[in-house]
Amino acid sequence: MGCNILEVESLTKHFPTPKGLLYAVDNVTFSIKKGKTLGLVGESGCGKTTTGRCILRLLEPTSGKVIFDGKDVTKLRKKQIYLLRKEMQIIFQDPYSSLNPRMTVEGIISEPIKINKLIKNEKDIKKRVDELMDIVGLASRLRRSYPHELDGGRRQRIGVARALSLNPKFIVCDEPVSALDVSIQAQILNMLKELQKELDLTYLFITHDLSVVNHFSDDIAVMYLGKLIEKAPTLQLFENPLHPYTKALLSAIPIVDIDKKKERILIKGEIPSPVNLPDECRFAPRCNYVRDECFEKQPELIEVEPNHFVACPYAKIN
Amino acid sequence: MHRSNSEIILDMKNLVVDYETDDGIVHAVNGMNIKLNRKQSLGIVGETGAGKTTTALSILRLIPDPPGVIKNGEIFLEGEDILLYPEAKMRKLRGSYVSMIFQDPMTSLNPVLTVGEQISEVIRVHRKADSEDVIRKAKEMLEVVGIKSDRYNDFPYQFSGGMKQRIVIAMALACYPKLLIADEPTTALDVTIQAQILEVMKDLKEKFDTSLILITHDLGVVAEICDIVSVVYAGSIIEHGTLRDIFKSTKHPYTEGLFNSLPNINARAEFLKPIPGSMPDPTQVYTGCAFYERCKYAVDKCNAVKPPKIWLNDTHYVVCHKYDDIELTQKEVENNGM
Repeated sequence: MGCNILEVESLTKHFPTPKGLLYAVDNVTFSIKKGKTLGLVGESGCGKTTTGRCILRLLEPTSGKVIFDGKDVTKLRKKQIYLLRKEMQIIFQDPYSSLNPRMTVEGIISEPIKINKLIKNEKDIKKRVDELMDIVGLASRLRRSYPHELDGGRRQRIGVARALSLNPKFIVCDEPVSALDVSIQAQILNMLKELQKELDLTYLFITHDLSVVNHFSDDIAVMYLGKLIEKAPTLQLFENPLHPYTKALLSAIPIVDIDKKKERILIKGEIPSPVNLPDECRFAPRCNYVRDECFEKQPELIEVEPNHFVACPYAKIN
Repeated sequence: MHRSNSEIILDMKNLVVDYETDDGIVHAVNGMNIKLNRKQSLGIVGETGAGKTTTALSILRLIPDPPGVIKNGEIFLEGEDILLYPEAKMRKLRGSYVSMIFQDPMTSLNPVLTVGEQISEVIRVHRKADSEDVIRKAKEMLEVVGIKSDRYNDFPYQFSGGMKQRIVIAMALACYPKLLIADEPTTALDVTIQAQILEVMKDLKEKFDTSLILITHDLGVVAEICDIVSVVYAGSIIEHGTLRDIFKSTKHPYTEGLFNSLPNINARAEFLKPIPGSMPDPTQVYTGCAFYERCKYAVDKCNAVKPPKIWLNDTHYVVCHKYDDIELTQKEVENNGM
């Protein structure tokens, strides 16, 4: 049992809009142990990317605490954020838009090293870039190439090399494989897994693809409309999902086995607008098991069995 | 209609499509053969750049020209080669006999027309009906895909992604096409919405007696909705068979690699088994097998000689040297079966 490297407490991010407050992330609490992976799962607009960005202070949280390695990240002043960047990095979703098209591979990977003055000697920087390219499986002949000359898989490898360049302890992986083809997806996932073992990394793995997190994460947290609605160790969540939304989400995945037809739970409608939400269960308007009480107040996240939290008072343990 | 008796809806023979660009000739489709019967649904599976979309656009003759050129082949829709049709005749076919659903519902609707007008337009162009009838029919189609008909006068921006895709489906089916081509219809949608759309498509396919070509990279979606599957790599089919042939007795190393790359929701393995390397450069011409460089079973012959099409049973064929040895006996099976 390692200790928590990251603790997120009541993290909240509201965006003011002309129509009212947009609840992007609302009172989200979780923690990640050193060397482990937490999968943050949800559909578009549920606030998973905003959560990731608030943790890194790429966005300023409205309220709440993010404690990383004992320090509260939200209290750091602008200048101190540089120090944070050495410890926490991010891999972005789209390898086509997250790399500067006018920089060479070498330039992209070495930029964080130069900005943070990690290595001063040009020659040593070169050596480090070579080393990083080797770690992520990029041939060193590509060092002078530009991103547009490379395919999606290779570009994402550049993104990974850039994130690793400062020797971080913690990486937010924001949908790192969703823009890639399946055969390439598996290559990148394997690489991230190997790197985690070698470098003792901790990941927050943000994705909409439950089959990817199942393979990748130790724990899973499910978000819906800015709220964390269920959290459990991966196996437990897949074997015994409790929240009606998690159940529907799991049953919606098309499975590759043609003999195993599973019962599909279809949920009504689509995610409503996150602006000016009433104080009721966020999922109530679409829930198949909805009762009057669900509209009275927001359910709390409660521990129903060891390490298994769910925000639905009517969810039953089988 | 005079051609409604035939059981074969689509017969594509040896289609070759090139894109002639400044950087060289891109061989997008290299000898594609597709045969589709009435009410059948075919899944075309492959990765980015495999030529899936180009194949689909060819059936509608919508390849952007230039740079796209159909170099060779015939496409028979119920017995007539549409590549010989004049453009005016082709226009009559699109939307009435063959329809297409595009990948991104956000960009395939006209933002300045109401959704009702867009569905009505299809009907007005293809059917002789007075305007009241057209509107009634369009409203009926909205209801069919699960949208209340009082939203007839709403604009696309007032709908969410899943709803927009339903509207696109309503447009595509408004004239009861014999063949519906869906190009990654659920890729841009969330899983729970994808599940809804797949249900709608399954229901309507039955209801309207439509044949379906579903283009996707997602083997899970194929398992859900298709009867037969073609796996494409570098512009041609490398394995084809019934759903069971492909999923239960996978033969081609590429198909095998695709299945192994998928994170399986039921069996949790620590590491996945990816296919090494990446998609080949489409400007390259191969003397042998296009998958040679990434194939773990490759032998010298694979690089030198084009692999033959080998029938394993009446429905299942594979294009790979690995099965050369059983060619003889299987050929006999094929001859007997014919």
